[in-house]
Amino acid sequence: MDTMTILSLSVETAIGPVAAIYVLAAIGLNMHFGYTGLLNFGQVGFMLVGAYGVAVSVATFGLPLWMGFLVSLACSVVLALVLGIPTLRLRSDYLAISTIAVAEVLRLVYRAEFARPVTGGVYGRQSFADAFYDANPLPEGSLGVGRVDFSSDELWLMLVCWLLVAAGLAMMALLMNSPWGRVIKGIREDEDAVRSLGKDAFTYKLQSLVFGGVFGGLAGAMIALNQQNITPDQFMPQVTFYLWAMLLLGGVGTIWGPVIGPVIMWFMLTLFDETLRGMASTGVLPFLATSDSGPLRHALVGVGLMLLIVYRPQGLVGNRKEMLVNVK
Amino acid sequence: MSSDATPGAPEAGQDRMAGTAPETGSAKTDPILKADGIRRSFGGLTAVDVEHLEVQRSTITALIGPNGAGKSTLFNLLTGFDRADAGEWSFQGRRIDRMAGHKVARQGMVRTFQLTKALTRLTVLENMLLAAPGQRGERFLGAFGRWLWTGQEAANRERAMELLARFKLDAKKDDIAGSLSGGQRKLLEMARSLMVEPSMVMLDEPMAGVNPALVQSLLEHITALRDEGTTVLFVEHDMDVIMGISDWIVVMAQGRVIAEGRPADIRSNEHVIDAYLGAHHDEPGQGAQQKEEGP
Repeated sequence: MDTMTILSLSVETAIGPVAAIYVLAAIGLNMHFGYTGLLNFGQVGFMLVGAYGVAVSVATFGLPLWMGFLVSLACSVVLALVLGIPTLRLRSDYLAISTIAVAEVLRLVYRAEFARPVTGGVYGRQSFADAFYDANPLPEGSLGVGRVDFSSDELWLMLVCWLLVAAGLAMMALLMNSPWGRVIKGIREDEDAVRSLGKDAFTYKLQSLVFGGVFGGLAGAMIALNQQNITPDQFMPQVTFYLWAMLLLGGVGTIWGPVIGPVIMWFMLTLFDETLRGMASTGVLPFLATSDSGPLRHALVGVGLMLLIVYRPQGLVGNRKEMLVNVK
Repeated sequence: MSSDATPGAPEAGQDRMAGTAPETGSAKTDPILKADGIRRSFGGLTAVDVEHLEVQRSTITALIGPNGAGKSTLFNLLTGFDRADAGEWSFQGRRIDRMAGHKVARQGMVRTFQLTKALTRLTVLENMLLAAPGQRGERFLGAFGRWLWTGQEAANRERAMELLARFKLDAKKDDIAGSLSGGQRKLLEMARSLMVEPSMVMLDEPMAGVNPALVQSLLEHITALRDEGTTVLFVEHDMDVIMGISDWIVVMAQGRVIAEGRPADIRSNEHVIDAYLGAHHDEPGQGAQQKEEGP
């Protein structure tokens, strides 16, 4: 296992489809938390309904794939409304509690025995993504630059994911530089002040929850396409917390934060993983079994995040002055 | 005109309230706000129980009273930031009880807060622009159509800069509001409330925590507002300030209005003195009776 292989593997993960999917979900979370100040601890719930939107529509009901996508988006909107309408009038902690609970309840419902005819229960759903890969316009074989290369199908999915990311970022930039975005950021700072100036904070918060949730749903739909096999237990609560870690790493409340965070995080995870594995297999670290590298990489990433919070709490692209304004 | 009016000129005040009797719940000649039977209790404690209250248009009305008198609660109720148990009130002839806070603000009654609420991570100018009413770019879909709102935005920016200049904050327009001093935040909050184009401003302790040099300038802004025709209702503790600039004073104690009148009337009113200093036990006045009625 040489350095170049480790690096090229890390780069492949950092720009690969999974990273792009996390970027999409992080963009949504950034809308919620970074701009509006909504504590959404259930972004994985949006990903779940998004993934199953595609899978169930196609695999269970035989609908075309594009309709599956529409179902995904509709499910995310409904989930946002269900979460938001009862809780957004209350203090922000209520949303936090509800989101984490609802995401977990959704997972349990989707894997339950009674849901099996529709969702496949614990076995999930398979073979619903063929139409997507049939539409692949790229030539067959592996494509890439130097040692970084992808299979044709992987590249096709990556391309679509990153195009979605680009579209999402463009929308985000337009929105956040508009009067709408100003009200949203005002709500993050002080909701009562915004209400006292004649703005209906509740409606704005609901719009933000729906819009950010749609990105979560979109990320879920892309997970479904990427794996072509989804089960409920892929949508454990820790996915949400990875997203939070990535967003904080990149920089909360910035356009590029949710892009840079996941990319760097996936790069580091693979780098640590491959390096540890390489060291273990060559016997440099005799006390380390190859199977230990998985947990250990997370420990190392944890240390990295702690250092980040201490020395760069604004994230990689955040503004330190803004970050520390309320800490006096 | 406004610059000539020295805060504290007693003649100016008395003219504005001509024909109004200095008694609790008195009718005003041109009321902008009329309230009846406002009640709000927290558990067993009746925080506000106001039978009748009117506020005269284009005057400075002060709301005073000892701590826990219910002033801030009454403020919250009137502006839709708290829900009353009972009561009806109307603003400019329109019922606004049970109306949500943001809708009350759109009617033209804009409040500030005791603990200043500057939007700290927005710039001073963004704070101002946020408050402008009826922005097309404020709607979710409207935000995407820049051409729809750039003209409106430019006009708002111009108005915001005029207001900032008036409050001597124009040099700070690109600083984040969190970097302002406490007094400057008070000024910003007042300037921001004017962006809504209110006909009545409700100031909750505008002088709290402001250094004495800035108090004078805040007072001038408040009297200038009145002279332009805006009605001001404010809660304050500093007696010199209150006696100096108010046209009318409403005194609350234990949730009730116990006295109303011009500064001169209030100064000599014994209920007020009782409420502030405590009634003597050997000569029971009304203040003492009210204390016994209390919870």
